[in-house]
Amino acid sequence: MDFQVVILAGGFSSTLFPLVSKEVPKALLPVANRPVLSYVLDLLESNNLKDLIVVVEGEDAALKVGGWISSACVDRLHVEVAAVAENVGTAGALRAIAHHLTAKDILIVSGDIVSDIPPGAVAATHRRHDAAVTAMLCAQPVSGPSESGGSGGKDKTKKPACEDIIGLDSWKQFLLYIAKGTEIKKDTRVKKSILCAAGKMELRSDLVDSHIYAFKRSVLQKVLDQKPAFRSLKQDVLPYLVRTQLSQRSDVFSDQSNVEENGNGNGKNNMQNNEVVLSQILSNASSPSFHQVYESGLDSRKTHKCCVYIADESKYFVRLNSIQAFMDVNRDVIGDANHLSGYSFSAHHNIVHPSAELGSKTTVGPHCMLGEGSQVGDKCSVKRSVIGRHCRIGSNVKIVNSVVMDHATIGDGCSIQGSVICSNAQLQERVTLRDCQVEAGYIVCVGGEHKGETFARK
Amino acid sequence: MESRRNPRAVVDPKVRQVGFFTSSQPDSSSSQLQQPDPISASASSPPVSTISPSGNSLSPVMIPPPRHNSSDAFPLRNAVVASAVSPSSFSYSSRRDFPDGSTTASPGRHSRGSFVKSSVPVASSLPGIGMDSMAAAKSSSVPASGLTTVSVVTMPPGLSEKASGMEVESDHKKNSKPLKEKTTKAERRAIQEAQRAAKAAAKVDGGKGPAVTSASVASTSAKAARPAKPTSQKNDVAVAAGAAEKKGGPSEKDRKKDAPHPRMQYDDESRVVKAKRRAVVKQTEAKNRVELFRHLPQYEHGTQLPDLETKFFQLDPMHPAVYKVGLQYLSGDISGGNARCIAMLHAFQEVVKDYSTPPEKNLNRDMTAKISSYVSFLIECRPLSISMGNAIRFVKNRIAKLPITLSESEAKAALQSDIERFINDKIIGADTVIVKHAVSKIRDGDVLLTYGSPTAVEMVLLHAHELRKKFRVLVVDSRPKLEGQLLLRRLIKRGINCTYTHINAISYIMHEVTKVFLGASSVLSNGTVYSRVGTACVAMVASAFRVPVLVCCEAYKFHERVQLDSICSNELGDPNAISKVHGREDINYLDGLTNNANLQFLNLMYDATPSDYISMIITDYGMVPPTSVPVIVREYQKEHLLV
Repeated sequence: MDFQVVILAGGFSSTLFPLVSKEVPKALLPVANRPVLSYVLDLLESNNLKDLIVVVEGEDAALKVGGWISSACVDRLHVEVAAVAENVGTAGALRAIAHHLTAKDILIVSGDIVSDIPPGAVAATHRRHDAAVTAMLCAQPVSGPSESGGSGGKDKTKKPACEDIIGLDSWKQFLLYIAKGTEIKKDTRVKKSILCAAGKMELRSDLVDSHIYAFKRSVLQKVLDQKPAFRSLKQDVLPYLVRTQLSQRSDVFSDQSNVEENGNGNGKNNMQNNEVVLSQILSNASSPSFHQVYESGLDSRKTHKCCVYIADESKYFVRLNSIQAFMDVNRDVIGDANHLSGYSFSAHHNIVHPSAELGSKTTVGPHCMLGEGSQVGDKCSVKRSVIGRHCRIGSNVKIVNSVVMDHATIGDGCSIQGSVICSNAQLQERVTLRDCQVEAGYIVCVGGEHKGETFARK
Repeated sequence: MESRRNPRAVVDPKVRQVGFFTSSQPDSSSSQLQQPDPISASASSPPVSTISPSGNSLSPVMIPPPRHNSSDAFPLRNAVVASAVSPSSFSYSSRRDFPDGSTTASPGRHSRGSFVKSSVPVASSLPGIGMDSMAAAKSSSVPASGLTTVSVVTMPPGLSEKASGMEVESDHKKNSKPLKEKTTKAERRAIQEAQRAAKAAAKVDGGKGPAVTSASVASTSAKAARPAKPTSQKNDVAVAAGAAEKKGGPSEKDRKKDAPHPRMQYDDESRVVKAKRRAVVKQTEAKNRVELFRHLPQYEHGTQLPDLETKFFQLDPMHPAVYKVGLQYLSGDISGGNARCIAMLHAFQEVVKDYSTPPEKNLNRDMTAKISSYVSFLIECRPLSISMGNAIRFVKNRIAKLPITLSESEAKAALQSDIERFINDKIIGADTVIVKHAVSKIRDGDVLLTYGSPTAVEMVLLHAHELRKKFRVLVVDSRPKLEGQLLLRRLIKRGINCTYTHINAISYIMHEVTKVFLGASSVLSNGTVYSRVGTACVAMVASAFRVPVLVCCEAYKFHERVQLDSICSNELGDPNAISKVHGREDINYLDGLTNNANLQFLNLMYDATPSDYISMIITDYGMVPPTSVPVIVREYQKEHLLV
């Protein structure tokens, strides 16, 4: 279909600090004991997209991600990994691999999404409108623990009220305005020409940008070339394209269409005449978007379209970009959105690997997952939690709403609520953790009682 | 409407005087457009011996003698109905065989292979991300980075073979003689059959009468759709003769072939289920359909588009250009006969451009199959218009007629230029000729009425305005599409004096009108004009007010079919379009009634205007009365297919 797929997998993200470490780049964070990147790859594979470029920040991370992909996806996908320098931003990452992009359109997918929205829909909308950029929007995900989940992590659930402010036209097809909610302090500027042309603008704060974009390659590359200061796709490139969709005094976009016309025209007067008539017939036949109306009013200007695809509300979508989101994703993938996990659930709505050992009087509730080779002692209780592979959990341990990664050791009598225990971490006896994050390999001493803390080596 | 038609005399004798003239003008113009081209020269062999695919069978339509009164015309019409439903008009709806899925590999893959490293060592293959490369990258602040292949799909053997075959092919292009094609089983069998038939024909003397032979030639040629048989010309004649022989004891197969393809009747449940299984687009049948129109497809309109969109990457054999056009049909982004046809032909050009013959396949056959599968996809998106049907016939015919000696690249270039020529000659060229003719009918002080937004009429009006004729335009429009508003906007921008009204008011404004210009989706061989719904009403009112009705229609939209009403063949639009008004939430009286069993919505797209109400049809062959349509169909259809 002449689409190239680029996955921006990030590097060692600082927002996910104790979870992400030198050993575990963001793309490999386990969600229900599978790296988050695998969800993206699965989504793309199920949509028959098998040629992928994965862009990773930093060479160490690239090595790790590449190693994982080559072990997991060999013979299924054709994946190429590119390492870019750290802190270049998403736009910078694309700039670095720009010379590898050859297809007509580029589909850019963030590597940290867990979703079942078919990317084909974005691509189809993009093609249908012949747009310069198409962004996928989806309903604001519900965050925070589910109501029945007790009190775990209440204070962390306070998210900014609106993440994105998005302006749409009355048919909800075109993007007229986009800004991050946090950026807007008191007032903001909206292009008058866009407002005049579109007539009406609907401002929405209940939609979030899902970081799945389809770009026309020529446009994307031109913008990246001409604006070397742009660092982020979402904060720089996309707003720029939206802002300039009607006014292109600069020759960012106009010359490309001239080239196309000349290519077909063959210089013959007669032929060119036909072309004009042809394009007229075609444009007259369709009901014009406001772009065309505007264009016809001012002959010299060229416009491009910024489209949106609004995903169905029934679809699941979360970006793993905060610790809270990490908890949410883990909860949902083995809970409400369990069709994403790819596991088959037992009658009790949980997954207990056959090699896992459970002590006597230990209960594993619904929406739980127990990885391969893990041992759980006597009289334990596990609720709504994910426990990785080869964990050792002592007796009388209570784990609620938490994520325990591979090879963690938890001593007797611990109580863990709403926390993340990274791999190889060790909790000694009678530790009580609430809304805490424990870095990989960290040892929490005997009998501590902690709330909302982050354990990491300095 | 048809039943109440009273036997009336010709509406406007003044206009009728304009006879049927096939002036040399269009011919000369078309020949000047035509480039000298070896393919067309070779293709224009004597028409008797050419076995055409599906299209140019000898038209069974006879020209009705000049009508004196309707009573003697009617039996004749019935006869026409019986004979004119030729299988050719349905041929494009039946084939659905998708070629094997592996035929479309992304073309970028091979070019990209140059920087793909097959080994795993990551660090070594990364270019230095140091300061020196930073300096080298002049425009971007970020150094370029290399790609490392970490996971490779082992290509299925067929695919890689094909890829290598492609390269071989391009190598072989230099020595223009293509490799001798291995004859497939079907071809061998055809040759054998032909030889046998020839022998039999030699034995029995040919006194069966030429009428029988020619009739069967016609029938077989009509049925020899997509023959693409690389058997040489003389074998074709033999095949035809052989078929004529077999006529004596008609086998079951032959009889089945002769019967016209029944158009898919959507009230036949088992067939619908079958068709659905093959369908690419998920189609949910609308629940409440008007009884009279149950035989037409009607789907829930909301569900199709999102479903097709999600499948974007899964439709492997679909060409992106075709897919895009299909989406645009489905969403209504492109409408109007000419625009749809041009969009489709452009998509087919792309298809031809990106085409490469799979190994052990014949270009003619495989490409025809491919086009057929694309066409069936487009039909699922929206039923074809007759103009598109004709264009498809043309394309398939051109593919079938490609000489076997052409190399692949030559064949592709020939096809592309053929399609280009069809667009330029048959659509745009035709429009300029129509404009030339029609403008001569506009005088100063005229009040012209038009309905909807016909492309040809718009060009006529604009051209007349350029010639500084003084006239006024009445644009009549109707819900739900309100296409007239777009036309109105464009006319006003050029400074033409316009009046805008809806079709409800037609009888009040008709008395000031001096001429009515209408567009058409198709003109059928009994002179019926098949057009946007409402056209018949306008034409009828106009003829009641003795206002001449002129229909502007390109000749490629003519069809040999005969239709007496607008029921048996029509298209149903989105029922929501008539029950809702966009942007007016205050008029939502029908909300929640969509699935009420007592309510059926009917949003018809087309209607048929009887020829009685039409004074003249302006086409690229001149201005003709509607009775002359069959002549054009008969005389020029062949030319259409050959261009």
